Amino acid sequence: MPKRSAPEVNAGSMADIAFLLLIFFLVTTTIETDSGINRKLPPIEDVVDPPIIKERNIFTVVVNKNNDLLVEEKPMNIKDLRAAAIAFLDNGGGKGEEACNFCQGEKDPSSSDNPDKAIISLKNDRETEYQVYIAVQNELVAAYNELRDREYLRLYPNDGITFTQADKIYSDPRTSPSTKEALKEKLNTVKLLFPQKLSEAEPSKTN
Amino acid sequence: MSKFKKKKGGDLPAISTASLPDIVFMLLFFFMVATVMRDSTLMVSNTLPAADQVQKLDKKDRVMYIYAGKPSDRYQAKYGTQARIQLNDKFATVQDVGAFVLAERASKRQELQNVLTTALKVDGETNMGLITDIKQELRKVNALKINYTTRLGAYTQNFN
Repeated sequence: MPKRSAPEVNAGSMADIAFLLLIFFLVTTTIETDSGINRKLPPIEDVVDPPIIKERNIFTVVVNKNNDLLVEEKPMNIKDLRAAAIAFLDNGGGKGEEACNFCQGEKDPSSSDNPDKAIISLKNDRETEYQVYIAVQNELVAAYNELRDREYLRLYPNDGITFTQADKIYSDPRTSPSTKEALKEKLNTVKLLFPQKLSEAEPSKTN
Repeated sequence: MSKFKKKKGGDLPAISTASLPDIVFMLLFFFMVATVMRDSTLMVSNTLPAADQVQKLDKKDRVMYIYAGKPSDRYQAKYGTQARIQLNDKFATVQDVGAFVLAERASKRQELQNVLTTALKVDGETNMGLITDIKQELRKVNALKINYTTRLGAYTQNFN
């Protein structure tokens, strides 16, 4: 009997098997990372006597249940909010010890003394839509970012990047620790110039 | 007519598909490496609002997710159309949020327990009342770092 060679295994279905696996992983994959607006909630504590804050240092933003905006007791369109917030934060109307030497605002005595003192107070109704609230948050954060970008460029012109870009590099896990260390200091300096003081009203007990 | 008959040998040889498995395997490995398994199925409609001043939420092991929104179509018969919270794979009430956060925190590694972020994936059309309630619950259990997860886009898309 002549010796038969072993028959070759048909590899044609290999592609099918691989495709099957491929499709499974395609379906279960979520490649994109989430992004969003980071916030820090205030801890619950009983403030015995709240610090007295001058009216001119508070920038009140109210969103009602019809998603309308009331800024400093005047109705406003959301597209003007960013500019209004910048004008308030950058005002620097303080004198003497409270003067702000880097502000470029109008130094209006009836608006904020110093970015360090300026507080944005945000209040919303229970029936406000979430997306409107996010839009308002977005514009307020944008106001801070714009001012911080300006200060970062002024203080560290050699870096050639803005605050937001620097912050992105800083929070990127691939950045080396030495770069992070250098950036952290610069970021903190700029953050101190324009601290994000965004206060949200406690939910009212009634209703 | 036989003048125009093609020669038998002139046919194009069939393209070899022998390298097809290799190509598919290459793709397969790419997706295997890049995959993060979706850990819960969405039971609420979840159109995130748009924002452009966003920060990335890297390091998925430090994040816990809270979903909220209207129940999706196939759950509406049972759960109605009021916005609800989804924790893991179940609908939940506001009172469950605290326990959920504590359980999630306990399941993480010790060194991560203090740096956890709560990502709120909330449908754009939800009322703020629900979110305010969730935030109050989070404050009660001292989970103060939150992230309003959004999709990238101009804020004007939120007004329609």
